[in-house]
Amino acid sequence: MSGLDSIPVRVEGGPSQDFRTDNLQPVLVQLQQAVEHLLAAGEETTIDLGAMPFSERDEADLRERLGVGEVAATLDAFGPTRIEETRFAGVWLIEHQDAEQRRLTLHLHVARVPEILCAPIDDIADGLAVLRAMNLNLPDS
Amino acid sequence: MSDEKTLAERLRERGISRRGFMKFCAATASMMALPPMMIPKIAAALEQAKRPSVIWLSFQECTGCTESLTRSHAPTIEGLIFDHISLDYHHTLQAAAGDAAEHAREAAMKDNWGKYLLVVDGSIPLKDDGVYSTIAGITNLAMLREVAEGAAAIVSVGTCAAFGGLPKADPNPTGAAAVSEIISGKPIVNVPGCPPIPTVITGVLAHFLTFGKLPELDNLNRPKVFYGESIHDRCYRRAFYERGQFAESFDDEGAREGWCLFKLGCKGPVTYNACATTRWNEGTSFPIASGHGCIGCSEPGFWDKGGFYDALSKGTHDSAEGIALAAGVGAAIGVAAAMGARVRQARADNKEDA
Ligand code: SF4
Repeated sequence: MSGLDSIPVRVEGGPSQDFRTDNLQPVLVQLQQAVEHLLAAGEETTIDLGAMPFSERDEADLRERLGVGEVAATLDAFGPTRIEETRFAGVWLIEHQDAEQRRLTLHLHVARVPEILCAPIDDIADGLAVLRAMNLNLPDS
Repeated sequence: MSDEKTLAERLRERGISRRGFMKFCAATASMMALPPMMIPKIAAALEQAKRPSVIWLSFQECTGCTESLTRSHAPTIEGLIFDHISLDYHHTLQAAAGDAAEHAREAAMKDNWGKYLLVVDGSIPLKDDGVYSTIAGITNLAMLREVAEGAAAIVSVGTCAAFGGLPKADPNPTGAAAVSEIISGKPIVNVPGCPPIPTVITGVLAHFLTFGKLPELDNLNRPKVFYGESIHDRCYRRAFYERGQFAESFDDEGAREGWCLFKLGCKGPVTYNACATTRWNEGTSFPIASGHGCIGCSEPGFWDKGGFYDALSKGTHDSAEGIALAAGVGAAIGVAAAMGARVRQARADNKEDA
């Protein structure tokens, strides 16, 4: 048995996250500044949406305003990570989850491409070593 | 016992890739309430972090702090950090008992003299030479002094170790005292809360692991990253407070609408802790989100400051701040602007040519 469903309590009113905190507007202003900064100086910005009161309603409002862009990727490392470009090129929503799919962080990331998508140099080198070994062991044709 | 493997090596052994490690670092930064710009630095430091020896002493306490820490479901960031430390002595969690347990403590002290981290939960009785709490025939006072001597730093976990806690409540029959009232000349960090948020406990351990030192502290020796702002500063009900919309009872229309709990005794305005952002039970909720005001459990003497359901403006809380706050209810402080200023952000050089 799991979850709260088994507890015979009737919850009155709306869901507890059904409210706005007034923090959406400052986040959008900061996002605009971050995009300006990316264009002017080529510098990336990450805004940690877990660092402030930000309700589910705020997040839904944010997602609605930012829309859906052309790129979406899922990373499977230490639990899933969802990386989605918004309709604003260079503005990404990155949600890290743990192995039980609980949210670890939700970041608004402003960059041409999120670093975590790039193959790590160490891993490329490891892969190359494996490739070389594989080619050495190829049967003669 | 501590060994020579780094945290990065341990994670790799558990099949966590480089990308997974970077994700771990992002979550750790968030857990330590550090800005995202610190993620690469955390990664570089954790790559090298060795497994530290930790000795955990439990004195006059209820085991709530340990319960808090062990309540998280594996595998979590807290779990991975906790797995990485070498917990060489902890009454509740260790398998050894009696003499074997005490020998483990002595061996850990000897092997790691000057380097181990001492974690204490519970207050220490001073009255009548400390006879009110002993372990293996040793008073808490004597054990604390002995173990503190060889510690690199001390973490006082919970309001009892940090400020004396419930055992110190008037009339304090055992003469309960905080660690900082007994030990001097060592770095001491207070992690109060009854109990503290598990993420905050592990956040402090992670900071020690990552940077080899304790985080920046406030005037009560609490880490600023977690205790730098009041519950009220970060409360999602703050907008109702600003508008003067208060629940008057726990079942009225205002309570159902999620209005501010100030008049129902919320101590959020004078309480410094991370509950409003970090939350409890893997970020599920915290007391105010469940409809109950903050009781101020991370503040010194919260148990002797009047009723939990008395509004701060009633003046029972020994602070003029409460009265001033009541007078200022509804003032247009501009919470959104204040919150916006606190949005943590990071800029990293983008080496890529445009
Ligand atoms: S008084 Fe309590 S419920 Fe009201 S805004 Fe402040 S912290 Fe939140």
